[in-house]
Amino acid sequence: MHEESAVLDLTLHIAMLAVMAVGGGVILIAPEVSQFVVGARHWLSNEQFSAAYAIAQAAPGPNLLFISFVGWLAAGWAGAICATLAVVVPSTVLTMVIVKARGEEEGRFSRALGEAFAPMSIGFLVATAWIFSQSSNTDWRAYALTLACAGIVLRSKLNPVMLIALGAAAGMLRLI
Amino acid sequence: MTHQVNKHSPLRIFLVFSGIALQGFGGVMPFAYRGLVEQQRWLSAEEFAKYLAMAQILPGATICNIATMVGHRFAGWRGGLAAITGMIVPPFCVVIALAAIYQHYGDLPLFRQAVSGMSAVAAGLILATGLKMAITLFKKSGLRSPHGTVQLALLMLAFIGLGVLRWQLLLVFCVLVPLGVAASYLMGERHA
Repeated sequence: MHEESAVLDLTLHIAMLAVMAVGGGVILIAPEVSQFVVGARHWLSNEQFSAAYAIAQAAPGPNLLFISFVGWLAAGWAGAICATLAVVVPSTVLTMVIVKARGEEEGRFSRALGEAFAPMSIGFLVATAWIFSQSSNTDWRAYALTLACAGIVLRSKLNPVMLIALGAAAGMLRLI
Repeated sequence: MTHQVNKHSPLRIFLVFSGIALQGFGGVMPFAYRGLVEQQRWLSAEEFAKYLAMAQILPGATICNIATMVGHRFAGWRGGLAAITGMIVPPFCVVIALAAIYQHYGDLPLFRQAVSGMSAVAAGLILATGLKMAITLFKKSGLRSPHGTVQLALLMLAFIGLGVLRWQLLLVFCVLVPLGVAASYLMGERHA
């Protein structure tokens, strides 16, 4: 798994996916990344992928760092660094170019883009939550926890990390 | 930018953004607002909202695009680079440390049980983010307006394509983007 070709493969695949992550986050490429590293290449187990995602969510920093975790499990340091750069570099370069080229004014075309991307990314996010819970939730209690957490986040300002800690506790006590 | 902006050193920008990133347990955006608008007073609330809207249109992580733009504003491309580096590198080290711990102890039954609970919560957090964005979106455009109807249709199609039919993201994307942009662009004309 530590061959250069594997790292290159992972990097190119993630870079290609990352430029499609418009409208709100790199989270929504998670199912696709999972399909690639778990389904197609068998670098990670399903459980490892879910763990990478859940632990990276609980850690500080942008959510995209679950990619670094996945890269680490797939191919160590090289995998972690290359996968992270694959997510960050294309969008950073593009952002810089656009800010330099056209300043910060919003035109009609970019408003149209925004209006189309916003609902699409919501649909993608809900689909991601759906796929994610199907692959990692093992019984109805886990689904109940998923829904309860979504409800709590919508209704309160509780920091999500508290919920992740509660989820870990519930798992350890075999409530799930 | 039409008005004059104070400059900051790339080092200062790096430090401010790494501080924001390291506080951001479970999502950096609220801390970015607090740090940039309330504490450093680098941006007004309106400016922050404008950067947020632009950052969402661009591909990649929204928070990283905001960092790049804000850094660029205060110190050119060096500032943009300093901001994105501050946003990524320090928390990257934390995540890799956690990954190394997981690799060693991830097979312990207790650890596996904890992770299964955390995964269920993580799925709920993604769902909540989607629902929150949907509430904000439809409050703005109204479900019954023509705009709202088109947006609801796009939302449903995106969900069905990715979640139910399990198409590749690229495929769903390539089908919906031209449709959605054309519809919004034409409707923008009618509103103008």
